[in-house]
Amino acid sequence: MTQYLISLYQPDGVVPPPEFLEPVMQKLGGLQEEMTSAGAWVFSGGLHQPDTATVVRPQEGGAALLTDGPYVEAKEHVGGFWVVRADDLDGGLRWARKVSDITGLPVEIRPFAFSTLP
Amino acid sequence: MFRKEYGRAVAVLTRVFRDLDLAEDAVQEAFAIAVQRWPVDGPPPSPAGWILTTARNRGIDRLRREAARQDKHAQAALLAVPDEQPEEGPVEDERLRLLFTCCHPALAPQAQVALTLRLLGGLSTTEIARAFLVPEATMAQRLVRAKSKIRHARIPYRVPEEADLPERLAGVLAVIYLVFNAGYVATAGDRLVREDLCLEAIRLARLVCRLMPDEPEAQGLLALLLLTQSRRPARTAADGSLVLLPDQDRGRWDRELVAEGQELVRACLRRNTPGPYQLQAAIAAVHSDVRTSEETDWRQIVALYDALLAMAPSPVVALNRAVAVAEVAGPEAALALLDDRALLGYQPFHGVRADLLRRAGRSAEARAAYEAALALTDNAVERAFLLGRLSELGREGPLIKPSRPRLRTARGAQKGKVRPCPRSDGWTRRASCVRRSRASPGTSCRGARRTGARRCPAPHGCRPARRSCRSGRARSAHRSERRELQW
Repeated sequence: MTQYLISLYQPDGVVPPPEFLEPVMQKLGGLQEEMTSAGAWVFSGGLHQPDTATVVRPQEGGAALLTDGPYVEAKEHVGGFWVVRADDLDGGLRWARKVSDITGLPVEIRPFAFSTLP
Repeated sequence: MFRKEYGRAVAVLTRVFRDLDLAEDAVQEAFAIAVQRWPVDGPPPSPAGWILTTARNRGIDRLRREAARQDKHAQAALLAVPDEQPEEGPVEDERLRLLFTCCHPALAPQAQVALTLRLLGGLSTTEIARAFLVPEATMAQRLVRAKSKIRHARIPYRVPEEADLPERLAGVLAVIYLVFNAGYVATAGDRLVREDLCLEAIRLARLVCRLMPDEPEAQGLLALLLLTQSRRPARTAADGSLVLLPDQDRGRWDRELVAEGQELVRACLRRNTPGPYQLQAAIAAVHSDVRTSEETDWRQIVALYDALLAMAPSPVVALNRAVAVAEVAGPEAALALLDDRALLGYQPFHGVRADLLRRAGRSAEARAAYEAALALTDNAVERAFLLGRLSELGREGPLIKPSRPRLRTARGAQKGKVRPCPRSDGWTRRASCVRRSRASPGTSCRGARRTGARRCPAPHGCRPARRSCRSGRARSAHRSERRELQW
């Protein structure tokens, strides 16, 4: 079993209208249940907008430097993620496709080198 | 012997060791030993079995050495090696597994092609690099990266399940098609064809057909490759120059390949589950049915293109259809179909347009179109052909220098951003070129991808689409369709 991180990339600042968002959230809830009953679900979460982020950088010999905003300036940022376990990449891709289908957004899937979650 | 057994052996040992690198190294060692011993001791009774056994032993030796150095990974791998000797018999599905691993859609198309040639074809990194005109170090890195992704992301080593099979098989066929195309029309160099790549593609297509006899598109692809390959002897004249389909001496077509290809097409027709490769093969088969180009049944070809266009619509297919329409309804009728701006960066578009204009007697326009075509190819044989056509039109040479147009507009030069113009007729479209020189590169290849053009159709476009992964596949696909364009 390998664990995979599935991250969802959302356009910054665009909040879809509730009539669009609600069915999506409902379907994501269904997906969560599906993952759990398949024994694939490890962890998942959604994030606030990237402008709530703070970057911490090490400074030589001094306190860390804090900057307001996300690490990478971009038009899209990770908005939510799932950690799933699967036998191989095809298994992981199946979940990634489902997330992408439901949200209509691009997702990235990446294997964990190690993980503290079982 | 090497080509045939290499892929087999790597496939079987990948199964044993679950590690591509180890399998490959072990097989290479086994072949190295064979080269030393066989000439002295004589070949063993079963060369293939000998290679497998020797490679397996070498691989286990290496794992033992690594395990002894407290390498946990090697210790675990050693325990996982099955006790029984690898079998020599049912290994064909092992190769199929390996092929599906190499052509996994999570790998970049170039990486898929390179891996397939390396692991199943046994081509060396140097050979693959030369075939795709990239430095050897780049190719080596591409292979290492792909293998590392297979290992870490756990790209599976198996034939996909029924539900995913059609899509995944399409990927495998696309890779084989790409290998063939890379061989059939080399974009650069002095010769038109790289024979070894074409033969390797045919070998792989045969393998897929044998392993999956119920897949009509696999049969279609093999038929298409065979029929295309059959024309090769007639495609270049004795001096190496290009001969177009209508001018080819059909007596020089390889009758054996034609017969085999036609038989496959007939089988596909009987099965009656058409697909893009089968239709293209059928078109090639119509060409190969007759002894002279005048006898060609162009109406049937137009009908086949109609079917192809309905199934896999693309500007390139539409262009090829226009060529057939010209034979049925005349060049002016075909020219009326050529209004697709998406193809402005696609060299054969200008070649076809030039030819139609020439036949319609519109010499000045034909000249401009030949020049546009010239600006888009680096292949010496193609260039010579186009220059020949140009001079037949009554000019001593091209109006522009026969090289890719490079723009040095005042504004572009001031900014020191001089890049090749994305517009095929960039010579005349300065405004858009200036805009392009300011556009950030690599951002909007989507346009090119969508429309199937080699370069981005947007006036403020992007880098040549060949830089982006998807279009790499698209571009080569176009190149092969040139075959039907009589290029």
